Amino acid sequence: MTLIDIRRIATITEEIYRETGPAPGHVLRRAAVLAVLTNPYAGRYEPDILPMMEALKAPGLEMTQRCIDALGGDPSVIAGYGKGAIVGEAGELEHGALWHVPGGYAMRELLGNAKAIVPSSKKVGGPGARLDVPITHINASYVRSHFDAMEVGVPGHPRSDELVLILVMQTGARIHERVGGLKPSEISVGDGQR
Amino acid sequence: MSADIRKIVVQVDETHAEMGEAVSPPTRRAVALAVIANPFAGRFARDLSVLAEIGVELGDLLTKRCLAALGIRPDQAESFGKAAIVGEGGELEHAAAILHPKMGTPVRAALGKGPALIPSAKKMGGLGTAIDVPLGHKDAAYVRSHFDAVEARVSDAPRRGEIVVAIAVTDSGRPHPRIGGLTKHEIKGEDGLR
Repeated sequence: MTLIDIRRIATITEEIYRETGPAPGHVLRRAAVLAVLTNPYAGRYEPDILPMMEALKAPGLEMTQRCIDALGGDPSVIAGYGKGAIVGEAGELEHGALWHVPGGYAMRELLGNAKAIVPSSKKVGGPGARLDVPITHINASYVRSHFDAMEVGVPGHPRSDELVLILVMQTGARIHERVGGLKPSEISVGDGQR
Repeated sequence: MSADIRKIVVQVDETHAEMGEAVSPPTRRAVALAVIANPFAGRFARDLSVLAEIGVELGDLLTKRCLAALGIRPDQAESFGKAAIVGEGGELEHAAAILHPKMGTPVRAALGKGPALIPSAKKMGGLGTAIDVPLGHKDAAYVRSHFDAVEARVSDAPRRGEIVVAIAVTDSGRPHPRIGGLTKHEIKGEDGLR
């Protein structure tokens, strides 16, 4: 049985110029890559699911590269990231958890050994389910200007026997960030938090 | 200025089985949501410190509501998360002002401990908009069994001039965790990460 069977890939990009306030003069860009895969464990309780975690490493790297490319191809402009999974109804939440290691470490690697833990969310959902994917700064989780989230989904998916695996990246802070706190220029500890 | 609260909603979910495999004891997640008036709806305000103070008040209130709903002592709490949905008369930064500057301190005080980052999500939304509140272990962000999220919504909120603020607390990780990584029994609990 093949563990990796990709049925569909969706890429979403957003350009945020302003909200209600004055335009800050730069554009916040973000991208999400969503892969729809067959869930090889759908419909039964499989105790050992770790083989798929290993098999997801290559798709993780490919999706990371797609996300970087969607933002112009230069990894150095990417300042925030997050990941998520939506499990179709014949699967269980734990199948979504398989994405933590291959999704997270692929992004950290291709973004130059990013230090911060990759924030995440997951759920079991039906076709068209939406997921709020949290976003934090790639090198220091406590950078306050970069706390954000992006709502994403793939129309018609996940079907019952599918998984939607998601990566998101963002080029900067929230567009009108003004609640203080740690700034990117103040990152100094190097522990991935501050 | 204290929060002008229209409504509080508390939900608890218990998972007793997944894929026919019993979960014993059941995993349990609580979310407490407050629907509040947005003092800055309809205008651009540069100073959002009023919202930070509201964050202090709600951090305490909603965390205690979660503990009460679960019927547990603070030291029995395992993971936490927070989120906000801003009605269309506001802006995303209003969510940031409630969640990030000051809310963490009262949440951790109510739980007795919690050195890990409180994972968060935010979005703009209308009536009944759902948000996925990300979850992470309160003492060590890398505990893999506790990476999760819980979806919450209030059917008649946020109205245009409102904000929905959510705190989630659990007494457990995912049902049937089996993807390896740091376990809760290995927590050192010093740096918030491991």
